[in-house]
Parts: sequence; C-alpha cells; structure tokens
Amino acid sequence: MGELRLMKGNEAVAEAAIRAGCDGYFGYPITPQSEIMEYLMSEKPYETTGMVVLQAESEVASINMLYGGAGTGKRVMTSSSSPGISLMQEGISYMAGAELPALLVNVVRGGPGLGTIQPSQADYFQSVKGGGHGDYKIIVLAPASVQEMADFAKLGFELAFKYRTPVMIQSDGAIGQMMEKVELFDPIPRRTEEELIAQCPWAATGKPKNRDHIIITSLDLDPAGQERVNLKLQAKYRQIEEKEVLFEEISCEDAEYVFVAFGLSARICQKSIDMARAQGIKVGLFRPITLYPFPTKQIAALAKKVKGMLVVEMNAGQMIEDVKLSAGCSVKIEHYGRFGGIIPAPDEVVRALEKQIIGG
Amino acid sequence: MEEPFVKTDIRKEENIVYKRTNLLVDRPLSYCPGCGHGVVHRMLMETLEEMGLQDKTIGVSPVGCSVLAYDFMNIDMLGAAHGRAPALATAIKRMWPNRFVFTYQGDGDLAAIGTAETIHACNRGENFVIIFINNGIYGMTGGQMAPTTLPNMRSSTSPYGRDVSIMGHPLKMTELVAQLPGTYYVTRQAVHTPSHVRKTKKALRKAFENQKNNTGISFVEVVSNCNSGWKMTPVQSNKWMEENMFPFYPLGDIKVDGKLVEQKEAVTKE
Amino acid sequence: MAKVKGDIEINVERCKGCEVCIASCPFTVIAMTKEVNGKGYHYAIKVNDDCTGCMNCAIVCPDGVITVYRAKVTAE
Repeated sequence: MGELRLMKGNEAVAEAAIRAGCDGYFGYPITPQSEIMEYLMSEKPYETTGMVVLQAESEVASINMLYGGAGTGKRVMTSSSSPGISLMQEGISYMAGAELPALLVNVVRGGPGLGTIQPSQADYFQSVKGGGHGDYKIIVLAPASVQEMADFAKLGFELAFKYRTPVMIQSDGAIGQMMEKVELFDPIPRRTEEELIAQCPWAATGKPKNRDHIIITSLDLDPAGQERVNLKLQAKYRQIEEKEVLFEEISCEDAEYVFVAFGLSARICQKSIDMARAQGIKVGLFRPITLYPFPTKQIAALAKKVKGMLVVEMNAGQMIEDVKLSAGCSVKIEHYGRFGGIIPAPDEVVRALEKQIIGG
Repeated sequence: MEEPFVKTDIRKEENIVYKRTNLLVDRPLSYCPGCGHGVVHRMLMETLEEMGLQDKTIGVSPVGCSVLAYDFMNIDMLGAAHGRAPALATAIKRMWPNRFVFTYQGDGDLAAIGTAETIHACNRGENFVIIFINNGIYGMTGGQMAPTTLPNMRSSTSPYGRDVSIMGHPLKMTELVAQLPGTYYVTRQAVHTPSHVRKTKKALRKAFENQKNNTGISFVEVVSNCNSGWKMTPVQSNKWMEENMFPFYPLGDIKVDGKLVEQKEAVTKE
Repeated sequence: MAKVKGDIEINVERCKGCEVCIASCPFTVIAMTKEVNGKGYHYAIKVNDDCTGCMNCAIVCPDGVITVYRAKVTAE
C-alpha cells in the first residue's frame, strides 16, 4: 500500500506530478487552483527530483513554456482555471498540431467571462470539442475524487507520451479544494538525458552528426502536406477512441433508469441513487471518466437496456449532446443542470429524475 | 548556366577562403532579394559552427518572414506561436541548462504581440540569446505598420505615413530591455555592408560566449531593410535605412557586461 | 615577386540579383547580367580579374551564393 495522506485535490495533483517524474511546471495563479503552484513551490522539487517550477507572467506564457519544454521531450505540466484555460487555447492548438505531450489541469469555475470562483462543469465543450482553432482533440480525464486527481496525473503523462498529445485533467473548484484521504503511488524517477533521447527520438534535443535536424512545428504551408498532418492526427484520434475509453458503472445491473454524470456531478448522483432506491426507483450511474474519448459504445448499449437517462451536469447541457449522439433516439434523455457555481443537491436530482424522466 | 568570365587557375578547393557554412541547409532561402535575414542566418550559423555548438543548440523561430528559419538552419529548432518565442526558450533553457538556446524574432513578433514575453524573459534574466531583426514593418503579411515603424513612415496600414498623434509612437525595445537587471549584453547592429556584418558576427559571438557563463539575456538587435515592404530596390533600401532608420535606432552597444554604455548621441536639440 | 590574387565563384542559379555585392566590391569586379537565371533574376557575374579575395561580396550576400578563393601567385 502506498503512502496515505489527507490532501486537497489541488495538492494531490501537484504531489502526484512530482512523483510521476514531471520535469517542469509552468503556471500562473488563478482561483480555485492556486494551491497547485503553491504546493510545488513549498515542496521545492527542484532540490529533490530536479523538477523545474516557474511562475510565468501569464497563462499565455505558461502554455508556450509548456510547448517549449514538451518540444524537447520533457514531461511538463501547467494548471489553471477556466478564464486562464481560455487564454491557453492557442497554445493547446499548436501543441496538438505539433504533436507534443503535456499535462494540463483545468480546475473549472463558473463562467462565462470572469464568472465566479465556485465550481462548475461548463468547460466541457471547450475541453472536449477542441477549444482552439483547427481539427484537433485532446484526451480529457474527469476525476471525481482527490484520489483520482493524484492517479490521473500519472495516467495523464502516460497517455500524453503514448500518443504525443496534450492531456487535460478536467476537475472543478470543489474537487480541487476539498480534502480527502489519498493513497499516493511510489515516486517514478525523472528520465535521464540518455533515456529521454532514446524514448523521444522526435524531440529537439540538439542535433548530433548522425541524424537530421529536428523541427517542431505545426506549420505546413503546402495544402497537401497539411492534409497529411490532419489525416495523421485523425488516425491517432481513432486509435485513442478505440483503446483509451474509461468509464464507471454503479448499480447499473438492475437499473431501469440511469444518471449520466462526470466528475463532481457523478458523486452527487451516487447519493441520489441511495435516496431513489430507498423509494423503490431502480436507478444507476454511468460515469464517463474519459470525456474524450467519449464512451460512445457503452452508452449506446446501456440505452438499449434502460427506460430513460438523466444527464446531470453543472452546466446548461453540454455532455448531453454526446450522450444523445451515442444513444440515438432509442431512449428518453433529459438534462438537469445548475450553473454559475451552484452544486446540485442529491434530493433535487432525484426530483428531477421523477419529474423529467419517470413522470415526463 | 555557365559563368561568362573565365575561371582563374586559383579556383581550387585548397584556396577557398570563404564559402557558405554547412550549418545552413543547402536550399534557397525564402527571403526577398537583398533581405538582411539571409545574412543574419549565415552569421548565426557561422558563429555556432566556429564555437562547435551544432549538437548543443536548440533554436526557436518566430512567426513572420523568418517563420521558416528552421528549414534553413541545420540545427534542432522549434517554431513558436506569434510572439511567444521567449516563453519557449525560457522552458527549453531551464530544462536543458547544458544546451545553447536562442530565439530569432522580428519586430512585430518581439515588440508587439510578444512584448510581455520579451520583457519578462529579459527581466528574469533567462540564459539565452535573443536575436531581434528590426525592419520597421510587417514584411510577411504585406508591409503593414509595425511597433517600430518610424514617424511619418509609410506602410500599407499607414499609407499616408505614421501619424503619431493617431497611431502612437515607435517602440525602442532594445533601449527598454537594456534597463532591466536581467539583461547582460544589449547591442544594435546592421548587416548591409561588410564591416557591419563583421560587427554583427562579433556581437553574436559575444552573446553565445555570455551564455556559456549563464550571465542572463544577451539581446542582439539587427536593424535591417525590407525592400519589398518599403517599395525600394535593395541598394536604395540600404541607403534609406542609413539615412532614416539609423538616426532613430542608433547602432552600437547599449549594455555591455551588465553595464549601460554611455550614449554619445543622447543630446537632443531643444 | 609574390602577390595575392583572388577569385570568386557565384552560384548564379541561387543569385537573386539584389546587387548588394556590387556596392561592396572595392575593385568593381562584379556586374549584373542582362540575362536571367532559372528563377527569373538578373544575376551577378565576375567581369574582370582584379579580385583580391577580400570576401566583402560573399559576406554581405544575403543568399550566401559566393565562394571566395585566394592564393599567392608569382608575378610574371
């Protein structure tokens, strides 16, 4: 068993990054995720593992520092919250285009605009549909606990390097701020220079005599060349959709209805399940863990078994579009959402199920 | 195509005293005839060759005319988003402190959209070299007004000349960054005559020597021409540059070994 | 008596005809052709034997198309 600690979600992801052999963190303060950089600065990993921690002048600079570090094969991460992630979209698009691995953490707060500092899930579209310009996707992991904040830092780096793509942990202000017991995995040493060069032959590390010079770019002015870049990216995304889908099903075996929810909403739905079942309503929970790749096939299969699905999100209805695309017209699908930093209570979710699905 | 004039008998391998460095990729440059970019590319690559740094250097190219610099420089390079080269270079150098890192940026890239990244990288005293090509115009997008466009200078977005009362003043980034504690060597050079080219190369050498000692930013501005954007022949544009650009952007060292050089031409007539 | 003699070799297909080399040559060794190269540029050529191998033209050439030779030769 790994080391047990009581930690905030933000601290857990920071500690996990150090343990995952992260080479560099670049970030800019924004509520509700500032504890990530604060934790790193107080832990001083630059004195232990050699991990660089740098407070940049902006989110724009942070994401471009990430681009620079990632282009040289290093394991790099940044974190921010919604308005800051909006600023990073240009850089994320460049990194997707240049096929660079990196870990991004979005501790989502309510929007639009400066919005609120309270938790929200309103950045689903931005993360999952490609928030920047061009045809690209990033892998999006949605933790529902402090434990998953830690675990997904390690998983995120693994996926980022496996597919040479940015990976985002899409959390929210509540998961980032709340404290829970965490079992930490054992530290993985940072790669040596030799290991990095062997594992990342695509990285710009300085041109030796025996290989061509490496160019990290997302530019190809020749339309045929740029189409090839796009086709390569699309082939990679099909592979990710085939192999990397993660989800969780709770009490779905005998369920007549299911909640579909991710992250914090999924936790609330677990309590709603207990309340509904006490009333004799057979309801389960389907929790997408990867928001991209989306568990399309699994939801399609589930839709054939149940009488209705209630998509519970802390937004005005974003993931429901993917649920509907997956399920088709085979079953009644409704959305229940609260916005602007309001977290739905378990009993109001049960009432919504009764009103919108069972009674509707 | 045959060269019409007869070869002399000294045209032999052992008599070569100057040829294009192998650190430039053997392909035609994408720049307009007479553009200073090609000379700066070559001086930079000659510097790295002479210092034996090909395998230890990671460069960052900008957005602008020199966006394809990585196609011409036979070293590992990253192409940055517009203005962000100093952010990339910051991370690269901090992650690879034993490598030599430089950014190569134009005036739109460095002095407009990338102002924040430039100033903060300079102010943090990052240990890389910034090469700043200032031709007072946006070349690649078709000769629009740049932050460095001179007062009354015409461009495609200041077709009647830059009216500073409406369009604001040109920005002297080089003087500005020289004031920051994180810069160690700040100089302004040119490449339109052989003697200026030689000085530029010396400046580049000094900049990379400084990087060996982790002294902070070395910032080399090269005032250059844009004959296409200025709508002149290359030779005319070099003359115009001497008469108009150099009085506003005087050549020479501004900060050496971390100390500001006293400006001779600082006196203005009242 | 030995004297220094120079020569230049111009990669005329890579020359873009900017004429910056002409202005830099102290001995008027270079001139432009009336003909154009494959890219459509008038190109620089060597027009006399006065070259001393000073390298000025090669150093200012934006496209790096000039190779310079220099050798000591015995005067006749």
